Amino acid sequence: MNLREAGLGFLRVLGGPEANVKIVVTVKLVPEPSSEKKIDSGTKRLVRTGVETVINPYDEYAIEAALALKEKLGGDTTVTVFAMGPENTKETLRKALAMGADDAVFLSDAGLEGSDVWGTASALALGLKKVGFDLVICGGLSDDGSSGAVPGELTEYLGVPGITNARSLDVVDGKVHAQRETDNGYQVVSGPLPALVSVTMAIGEPRYASLKGIMGAKKKTIAPLAIADLASPLALGSAGAKTRLLDFAPPAPRQKAQVVDAPDGATGAKIIFDFLKEKRLV
Amino acid sequence: MTTASGVRVPLPDAVDFLSIDAMLSDEERMVRDTVRAFVRARVDPDVADWFERGILPREIGRELGKLGVLGMHLHGYGCPGASAVAYGVACRELEAGDAGVRSFASVQGSLAMFAIHRWGSEEQKNAWLPAMARGEAIGCFGLTEPDFGSNPGGMRTFARRDGDDWVVRGTKMWITNGSIADVAVVWANTDDGIRGFVVPATTAGFTANDIHRKLSLRASVTSELVLDDCRLPADAMLPHARGLRGPLECLTEARLGIVWGSMGSARTCYETALEYAKTRVQFNKPIAAFQLTQEKLVNMLLELNKGTLLALHLSRKKDAGELHSSHVSFGKLNNVREALAIAREARTILGANGVTLEYPIIRHMNNLESILTYEGTSEIHTLILGQAITGIDAVS
Repeated sequence: MNLREAGLGFLRVLGGPEANVKIVVTVKLVPEPSSEKKIDSGTKRLVRTGVETVINPYDEYAIEAALALKEKLGGDTTVTVFAMGPENTKETLRKALAMGADDAVFLSDAGLEGSDVWGTASALALGLKKVGFDLVICGGLSDDGSSGAVPGELTEYLGVPGITNARSLDVVDGKVHAQRETDNGYQVVSGPLPALVSVTMAIGEPRYASLKGIMGAKKKTIAPLAIADLASPLALGSAGAKTRLLDFAPPAPRQKAQVVDAPDGATGAKIIFDFLKEKRLV
Repeated sequence: MTTASGVRVPLPDAVDFLSIDAMLSDEERMVRDTVRAFVRARVDPDVADWFERGILPREIGRELGKLGVLGMHLHGYGCPGASAVAYGVACRELEAGDAGVRSFASVQGSLAMFAIHRWGSEEQKNAWLPAMARGEAIGCFGLTEPDFGSNPGGMRTFARRDGDDWVVRGTKMWITNGSIADVAVVWANTDDGIRGFVVPATTAGFTANDIHRKLSLRASVTSELVLDDCRLPADAMLPHARGLRGPLECLTEARLGIVWGSMGSARTCYETALEYAKTRVQFNKPIAAFQLTQEKLVNMLLELNKGTLLALHLSRKKDAGELHSSHVSFGKLNNVREALAIAREARTILGANGVTLEYPIIRHMNNLESILTYEGTSEIHTLILGQAITGIDAVS
């Protein structure tokens, strides 16, 4: 049995056209991107103590997309942020609430430690079913793990239409419409709700949390969720992991810069241009 | 370095060496991040240009309003009601961009809005505070006069009664936001002592003339206010302020923002100098490798962290209701003095580059020259502290 067969009974029935869309944004809490990342040589896991935790920068774009959509749709449309992580990172979710999300759900359980990509997506999918949604919006990838696989896996496990790499997003007549970025341009795609969309940074710059939003965020709820609530048919966390990290290494040091003497500016520019062209960068 | 339990203590941050930001609440850190992101996106790229041209774009006021920093520590009337610490942190981040931007927010929130919030009638609060919090109405604060700076009690501006009306006559000087203000809180002598008045800029007889040729706080509007028999209705007076205590309480409020703000200027200067020293090569090594440079950097680090610790301590005292106005004098005197010293030291590390607007240092340094004497000169704050410890008033 896979998770998809575990039932679609969670799907909500839309009350009106799109006046009450329940949007859930999946959010990962990651070490501050500019911080020095350390990996525990024993567990081969990222050391998360003593490092500031922030909302995955890519997910901030997903939050922005959700809030902009809520503003456009109005009515009873709500935005819930949904995250999974160690208990001590929970308060990081307040930033999403300060930006304007209505509430949050935080899935945290010691039994989820050591989840691989499959385990993460599986737990998130079960959590999303529990929370209920019309539209799930994800960031494209995480700043720390960077697999970029979770949105696709979620689509599969939830059994809903999935649109990845959206640069714009709208809901009209119970359908999600999106422009998908491709290498050469974009595609216009639509699908019925409930659905899942992952967004790119072209969706719009994340808004600032206003001071009022920050002050109001402490009154919003972050509902807890644990493994027991998920009723998972499968083992999760390190016990259920299907992949295992065998080894890790820092990237190779950067090679020394190449210095070319040019007799004049024009020749120098030509040399640089030819170099970039050879590397297919222009 | 390891603790008793064997956990390695990481090397301290090169700027927040004492991990002072870790002592902030999550909410206060969120305020820090929001204001810092705003400053990086909206102030840092253009502020050198504003400074050179001597302007502060009007839309910055509205954007600060949208962000919610204007009157952020006030409660009700559309204000967020943040803590004194959160307000201080916001001031630090604004001034890390430029003291002109911080001054705008200080005057709006802590002088003009605070005066109306603290001393105003319900009608005055409802009429002005929500629009001022949104940055749609700009306020200024008229206390200083051409001949009365440190001695405001001698002010010549006078409000006389004429029937139910008030007629105000006088000149105010060095007024931040003066010519862009929609409303001025003006302090005037009356037959009943010093009183405050809410003066809409549209009042007949009210004019604001900008002061030009400043070499400091150039990204900030500074004006002279002329009140040429401005006729105001009876309800223009702030009902609850009587005597010098009215304006002085507002200044105590704003000075706490300076205690933090000056550390924002200092931080930017220190960060710039540190980065420069690590990359600038002389005699085949970065100048950070020279002992003289290291000593300069370390002296800056000490005062930056001590000053920030002091700012946090004073704001926590304020939130606990334990702050005396002389505490604020302690903070303003120390932190502005040290920030100026840090800016000057940083300037020497950058050599000639330090005097150009390509780097932020001379801009902060020149700004701090104003801050050293505005909202109470160093001399006056020294004498306030002198009186506090000796019991003897050296001024009068």
